[in-house]
Amino acid sequence: MNDMTAPLLDDIPTLLLEGAGFMHRGQRLLAPVDLRLAGCRRTLLMGPNGAGKSLLMRLAHGLLPPSQGRVRWQGHVPRQAMVFQRPVLLKRSALANLTYALAVQGTPRTRRRSLAREALERFGLAAVEKRPARVLSGGEQQRLALARAWLLEPEVLFLDEPTSALDPAAIQAVEDAVREFHARGTRILMSCHDLHQARRLADDVLFLHDGRLLEHTPTETFFTAPASPEARAFIRGELVV
Amino acid sequence: MSQDANAFQTALALILSLDPDLLDIVRLSLQVSCSAVLLAALIGLPLGAALALWHFPGHGILVVALNALMGLPPVVAGLCVYLLLSRAGPLGELGLLFTPTAMVVAQVILVLPIIAALTRQQVEELHHEYREQLQSLGLSRLRMIPTLLWDARFGLVTVILAGFGRASAEVGAVMIVGGNIDGVTRVMTTAIVLETSKGDLPLALGLGIVLLGLVALINAGAYLVGESARRRLG
Repeated sequence: MNDMTAPLLDDIPTLLLEGAGFMHRGQRLLAPVDLRLAGCRRTLLMGPNGAGKSLLMRLAHGLLPPSQGRVRWQGHVPRQAMVFQRPVLLKRSALANLTYALAVQGTPRTRRRSLAREALERFGLAAVEKRPARVLSGGEQQRLALARAWLLEPEVLFLDEPTSALDPAAIQAVEDAVREFHARGTRILMSCHDLHQARRLADDVLFLHDGRLLEHTPTETFFTAPASPEARAFIRGELVV
Repeated sequence: MSQDANAFQTALALILSLDPDLLDIVRLSLQVSCSAVLLAALIGLPLGAALALWHFPGHGILVVALNALMGLPPVVAGLCVYLLLSRAGPLGELGLLFTPTAMVVAQVILVLPIIAALTRQQVEELHHEYREQLQSLGLSRLRMIPTLLWDARFGLVTVILAGFGRASAEVGAVMIVGGNIDGVTRVMTTAIVLETSKGDLPLALGLGIVLLGLVALINAGAYLVGESARRRLG
């Protein structure tokens, strides 16, 4: 499963949002978005809280249907996984959390344990294999969620502010994991509001503000020459703090 | 006062000597209530989970009805089953009236709303937390049910205990559909009613003590198992 070292750029389907917007109780939370995400890239969704980052990601992943417009994949619908801000782990051991995900995927029973152990090892969790997932530390829980996503061999991985509640060492582990996923050929769509993290990880940046998508540019352009005043303020504000 | 103390002593003696009449009554009580709770759980757990996961027109009415039925008076449940099973009733030909089976049916009707309604609450809460993750893993709502029931297991033990408490404590339903026939349908609660009215306080008291003891024992066991599991699994 880890023999795919080179990203298979052509295999990743393109995500298309065509006028996709979202309303809730008459309130517009996301204005219609036209967006095309192609290739095996690492795209970071940036913007202040409440800008609609999580919402856009949920529309893309299919957790929510858009109130208007369409979300579709060009090519086939890829295998996807999502890592949430607060990891949702089941009330069983770390190992059982992983074998559960494999069972859901239809992996034969005989292979589940060894695959799960491999993933625990890869994410530095071999020592806590038997511990209940919910008593692990925040960093360990997020690594377990990443290990679970790893086992699903996603072509596209969504991460919703996966590091916002973690200490620097744990953040480092998550960022390393994201790089590993990407190196294996997984397309990354991740939200965060840490500009340094974006510089470290992103190939391109989507900037959202107040439910509107304002920019979609390569990382370098976003930081050196942001087009919108909101993005300029966002970058300045974050750097001053 | 001295007569009461006397009755208490006699009651203890009956229990400690494992009086066969007393044991028969206790066994039948457990048999009826446990069967009823088992059946009600088999129906009520998936039913409650389904009500938590699916919202359809009339869903609210169904939930309110289920909650209201938690307070269904046992005599009313007994009366309904009696009407169904009596010789002139629609199911009269089965000849089930005044049998332990009829008592089980009546108690299922009493326990099912409790298990289904409380399961719905527990599963709904958990589903709120798990929904996106399970959806992301590609689970259909039908496939979420076993996962949610299993992860709600600590809470559901209490739910099933509440059902067992209802079944083992009620007297109205089993009295009406069972008839309190000696050696056939006499259970602890109906025997207590009968012996008290006859003035045989020792047997009534003995049964009362056994009933209390059993309920306490089962609850204590469930509490200990639940607490240790909760502590281990967080």
